[in-house]
Amino acid sequence: MPGHGQNLDQYVSNFERFEKSLNGESKQPLHAVRKAALARFTELGFPTTRDEEWRFTNVAPIAKEIFVPALPSDGHRLGLKDIEPYLFKADAPLRMVFVNGHWAPALSAVESLPPGVRVMSLARAIVAEHDLVTQNLSKYVRFDGNAFAALNMAFLKDGAFVMVPDGVELSEAVHLLFLQTGGSSPVMATMRNVIVAGIASRVSIVESYVGIGAPTSFTNAVTEFIVGDRAIVEHDKLQVESTRSFHIGTTHFHQGGGSGVVSNAIALGGRIARNDVTAVLNAEGCTCTLNGLSVATGDQLIDNHTTIDHAKPGCESHELYASILDGKSRGVFNGKILVRKDAQKTDAKQTNRTLLLSDEATIDTKPQLEIFADDVKCTHGATVGQLDEDQVFYLRARGIDLVEARDVLTFAFARAVIDRIHVDPLREQLDAMLHTRLRQGRVASEV
Amino acid sequence: MLDIVNLHAGIAGNEILRGINLKVNPGEVHAIMGPNGSGKSTLASVLAGRDTYDVAAGTVTYRGMDLLAMNPEERAREGIFLAFQYPVEIPGVSNSYFLKAALNAVRKHRGLEELDAVDFLMLVKEKLKLVEMEPSFLNRPVNEGFSGGEKKRNEIFQMAVLQPTLGILDETDSGLDIDALRIVADGVNTLKTKENAFIVVTHYQRLLNHIIPDFVHVLVDGRIVKSGGKELALKLEEKGYDWVREELEQVTVGS
Repeated sequence: MPGHGQNLDQYVSNFERFEKSLNGESKQPLHAVRKAALARFTELGFPTTRDEEWRFTNVAPIAKEIFVPALPSDGHRLGLKDIEPYLFKADAPLRMVFVNGHWAPALSAVESLPPGVRVMSLARAIVAEHDLVTQNLSKYVRFDGNAFAALNMAFLKDGAFVMVPDGVELSEAVHLLFLQTGGSSPVMATMRNVIVAGIASRVSIVESYVGIGAPTSFTNAVTEFIVGDRAIVEHDKLQVESTRSFHIGTTHFHQGGGSGVVSNAIALGGRIARNDVTAVLNAEGCTCTLNGLSVATGDQLIDNHTTIDHAKPGCESHELYASILDGKSRGVFNGKILVRKDAQKTDAKQTNRTLLLSDEATIDTKPQLEIFADDVKCTHGATVGQLDEDQVFYLRARGIDLVEARDVLTFAFARAVIDRIHVDPLREQLDAMLHTRLRQGRVASEV
Repeated sequence: MLDIVNLHAGIAGNEILRGINLKVNPGEVHAIMGPNGSGKSTLASVLAGRDTYDVAAGTVTYRGMDLLAMNPEERAREGIFLAFQYPVEIPGVSNSYFLKAALNAVRKHRGLEELDAVDFLMLVKEKLKLVEMEPSFLNRPVNEGFSGGEKKRNEIFQMAVLQPTLGILDETDSGLDIDALRIVADGVNTLKTKENAFIVVTHYQRLLNHIIPDFVHVLVDGRIVKSGGKELALKLEEKGYDWVREELEQVTVGS
């Protein structure tokens, strides 16, 4: 039963309009899935805090708001100059740019791809790579029990599709840039990305979600990685949407034997931002590293839910999630590690650290270890604290003023995560962005 | 340069310093010795501005300024340098970043131009030689994973870069082997000029074989109970601190 005060009817009428805009596409088998997903969404309704998975994150502000699906014409005036600040590398040769969820070919660049590599919009891939896409779509991110996944599936139209064939190493990172410009009224943007890494392939994906201006927007993004045996995947997600926006992001990795995944999720934006990262280590010898950094101030809420599913023996996972919370902001971390009966010789390590910069900021942190195998090594630890007064004094005793000393130490805390990003220009850009952001946060909290 | 008058200070209501009087002039080296718990480190911390200590009474005048009214960074910029007894580890902040920020804060305060990356590197490489450390040391996070000797050498290295007017060494010799002790002492001797001064807080006399003090003060129970020349340190080394206490009691009883 959906909770009270949820404005679900709008999604039904919006869907009818969306359906018409699809023209002939609505006759394809995929559309039946959309319809089923919408039906499921209206049954489920938005989650409430009575739902264990959403205990600390009240999405009522999303449920109450009136959203219209973003039109391709919203923000169509954006030019290359407008997006430049958000590219981590000037003239990034491999980039797929989306404005309010719609692919913007004029802003994108897909040049000199190695043979067999596919980088295209999902809308195109649904036609051009029909079997490959439909085989994988929603196979791993299921919508039967997840309202946001259902809503994403119902309004699924576009996103990015990347496929790297067996044995191919893509040296250049692929940048997926999602810009929210908003419209005359609050808009909902739905993105779906599918990344297929072939056997023994190598690929690096950078996903950024950026707000231009300060739109009230609702981003619902799902990214699915299908990682082949012995493939190496790095994923960096940077979420810097406006502090009036709602961001619901879902990332899923399905790992083949001996594969390696590193995921770094950096969240700075959003009034309510929820980041769900799931990795299923579905064959022997996988390694999986999930890192995250949230930086929040004002009345932001940033919620990270991670799940590492050790389904098979001999896999290794490392996890470091850190939060820096200022103002009245709130953080949530829920780290689930599931070790199935079969998954002997699992080695899993989880760390969650929180730095509270104000007395009013709060964190709810919860490790959730479910271990059904007996020969495993699983450790977890959580720390919550303020800046170390001895460190602050040490810096001041060398002439560095109090404000700067606090900045330096806060930044050092963030670096534990930032330094794990392997895409050099992205890491450098993020360095600069964080410096500015921490300074702004400080100014905001002094007011 | 420094004039401490009747300084009383403590922590959480416990009085540790019970009326310190001390005058330091440019070009002088003062050694402060005393048994454990006598208040040596408290004095060093209070001079550097650590706010965990409360000053209950007294004045400290430093180059004509009311030192106790200044915050720690102001004191540092005015030339006070505390070499910590236990230098804190700061993961995620490189030595070079930290030192450049410190040096430029000090230079800015003194009306000097901030150093750019190249000039800074030239300066610090020169100073590294003084403490016999490799340039790779600059890229390491501040004190993280450093041995005890490396931490103390890092303090002296920072002092060499920041060029203080008043250097306060808080038990810099504790935990040092003989080589590190020599490096630390050589560093201080090289930095010594007619314009600056040093307060060397130590439990043992051995550092004073290398850094020759002009004055030795014995601190007992929060008061300077005896002052003398460098020979006083030798006597303390030989006889321990008990005779000072005994002498003190006799004076008290006799008066």
